[in-house]
Amino acid sequence: MKAEGINFALVGVGGQGTILASDVLAELGLKLGYDVKKAEVHGMSQRGGSVTSHLRWGARVYSPIIPRGEADVLVAFEKLEAARFIDSIKPGGLVLVNDYAIEPLSVQTTGVPYPGDEELRERLLQVTPHAYWVKGVEIAQSLGNTRAANVVLLGALSALLDLEESQWEAVLEMRVPAKHLKLNLKAFRAGREAVAAGVGARQDRDR
Amino acid sequence: MKRLLSGNEAVARAAWEAGVKVGSGYPGTPSTEILEAFAPYPGVYAEWAPNEKVGLDVAVGAAYAGRRAFATMKHVGLNVASDAFFAVAMTGIEAGLVVVSADDPSMHSSQNEQDNRQFAKFARIPCMDPADSQDTHDLTLAAFDLSEQFDTPVLLRMTTRVCHTSSPVELGEQRINLPEPGKYPRNLTKYCMVPANAQKRHPAIEERMGEIAEYAETFAGNHIEWRSSDLGIITGGVAYNYARDVFPEASVLKLGMVYPLPQKMIREFASRVQKLIVLEELDPFIEDQVRLMGISLYHPEELLPAPSPYPMTKGIFPIAGELDPAVVRLSGRQAGLLPLADAGGAAQPMTGLPIRPPVLCPGCPHRSSFYVLHKLGVPVNGDIGCYTLGMVQPLDALHTVGCMGASVGVAHGAAVAGDKERHVAVIGDSTFFHSAIPALINVAYNRSNVITIIMDNRVTGMTGHQDNPGTGRTLQHKETKEIEIEPLVKAMGFEKVLTLPAFDVAAIEKTLKEWLKSDEPGVLITREECALLPSARNRWLPLEVVSDKCNGCTLCFRVGCPAILKSDVLDSKTNRPLALIDPVLCTGCEICAQICPRDAILFRNQVQNRKTAQEVAQ
Repeated sequence: MKAEGINFALVGVGGQGTILASDVLAELGLKLGYDVKKAEVHGMSQRGGSVTSHLRWGARVYSPIIPRGEADVLVAFEKLEAARFIDSIKPGGLVLVNDYAIEPLSVQTTGVPYPGDEELRERLLQVTPHAYWVKGVEIAQSLGNTRAANVVLLGALSALLDLEESQWEAVLEMRVPAKHLKLNLKAFRAGREAVAAGVGARQDRDR
Repeated sequence: MKRLLSGNEAVARAAWEAGVKVGSGYPGTPSTEILEAFAPYPGVYAEWAPNEKVGLDVAVGAAYAGRRAFATMKHVGLNVASDAFFAVAMTGIEAGLVVVSADDPSMHSSQNEQDNRQFAKFARIPCMDPADSQDTHDLTLAAFDLSEQFDTPVLLRMTTRVCHTSSPVELGEQRINLPEPGKYPRNLTKYCMVPANAQKRHPAIEERMGEIAEYAETFAGNHIEWRSSDLGIITGGVAYNYARDVFPEASVLKLGMVYPLPQKMIREFASRVQKLIVLEELDPFIEDQVRLMGISLYHPEELLPAPSPYPMTKGIFPIAGELDPAVVRLSGRQAGLLPLADAGGAAQPMTGLPIRPPVLCPGCPHRSSFYVLHKLGVPVNGDIGCYTLGMVQPLDALHTVGCMGASVGVAHGAAVAGDKERHVAVIGDSTFFHSAIPALINVAYNRSNVITIIMDNRVTGMTGHQDNPGTGRTLQHKETKEIEIEPLVKAMGFEKVLTLPAFDVAAIEKTLKEWLKSDEPGVLITREECALLPSARNRWLPLEVVSDKCNGCTLCFRVGCPAILKSDVLDSKTNRPLALIDPVLCTGCEICAQICPRDAILFRNQVQNRKTAQEVAQ
């Protein structure tokens, strides 16, 4: 882990649980002894709009916002949002993409097409060799609830960041309502295993 | 003990620690969570008022009665509350009073970008401007003390990034135990602002500001961090963070209180640095005052554009939009304060991506009225709330949006001016209670032919489901008297008053068509719970498209529902994609099913029957 801290950008669509994921990362940072800032923008619509959360760990964190090109980690809960925030990634940074599309209404009203996977893959590779794709929704569905996809992604992130599992789980216990905890712990472990086993998750490399 | 708190939670916590008894306000992004976080603390009274002016009057009333109080609102809320704000500046208070106003630089969820520090100067009220949650906590506590020490209300000016950023806060041990206040004041010269008394109060207020300016020199919230003497930065609010990140070597004068300014401290700082700049978001509020002091700021004319003849101009940093380290760095480079950028390296943005603008949610009860209004093609004057999204394509059914409660008055104005088209005003339940009641009385009293639709979704939606006078529940979700809209509107003098289920497309269309033929004013209430309320969620049932009936006519796409998608299957005759309903998003509101001319979308009972049949077959 980098002593100077980590900048996380979390992006997704309203209703995907981006905020909970950033809450967990904020508490974890605090637990690990960092100063922490977590900034989120509540947009105009309750569901269906872009949601962005900036999470910074450091010895002393000032700005709540991560400037473009300075995110060490981008977690995208939706593919189009990964594309939209591709310039937020620090070259060589870590990218985790939930392999899941939520088509915005504008695709129908304006005719601008949803970007293809191949194009996104190519563009991500130009920025960093560390881009991982996780089938978060599929994995969560196999556990019984697609809404746990955000925690599947957190599990995958925990494996990639090489932080102790128990610390993450302690924070999950703190932030997740008791009745959903069992499912979320399962989702977390499934995400972690997916990265370790390369099942439901894969890293893009230059071909 | 350190805890992670948002700026809003930090205000609530500090208000509780400060012994505040009463909090009142109106929801508004980014301020809403302050009262929500304050309400559960023991020993406090908290309420949603119908609007910000009432909220501030309530807080003033508590402070007159010797109890510490605060009022919360978003920046434009202070416009509504400004009458009370200016009034209490004159009278002062018996116990600490803080007015919390949350500005929204970059307008993430607002109609304008006003800088409410200006209100402090305008009304002669001191202003705190915190940089993060800890700072918010400390300045809120200080604000209550300052308020009592100088017999003045204090403005706590927050901004979106401070309100909605969480950072660690060292909590105070407990709530201050304040003594029981004395008898209610009978001090007419202070509290009855008739001309004779007000004329005496005004000079006293000006004198008070002088005393506070003196106090600002030693106020703990204002401090100098000495580092290099090459560059000195005067800053306040969230911009302090950007000063530290972008110019880590610079000396910084950090102002926790941005009005009135500590002039001696500023002169001392200016005299000991080579280059002096002011770094602040939005207006040149500090910058102008420093210039007025006769202090010259660093301004390399050869690098910067020639000053505009418009007096409200900033030297180095942009006046519009929120700052962030990238914006500050760019301005710093342009002004020669930082070396030019290294070439390349960073990723380029991807262009040509489909946008994801906010839309009315699937199952939103506002959708049907906008579908009908679009069809009727009448000019529609809108208001502030989720239903502002009725302007978005393909609904495209809203033609003006200004400020809270404006719809009705603006429509009436067009009507009395003789506009040839009939005007419809559209307003939500909470906004109706907020400020449309006088405007509707005006329509009834002066008899224009405006048709008003009150879209009653049983909650204040846009700000995240707050209760209001029409919901029958308080801020604490306790049951209370539900204020009924229909009798209220009838009592105003409207004869045409009708309530319809919001999802009944045909009935809404029929009623509006009829009313548009007559020349009378009318109030149509369309009622249905917000689809995201827990009780509505329990009724969600995704509808289905019968693919052999759908011929891709596209009519259902015109309701602008995110749950209706174009499938990959093309109709063999029309060669157009068939409709597809996303089962994750669809709530089963049946608007699309009602307008489908080919009965290709199953209604709820049909879906239910089909399911039952399948279960039986299994």
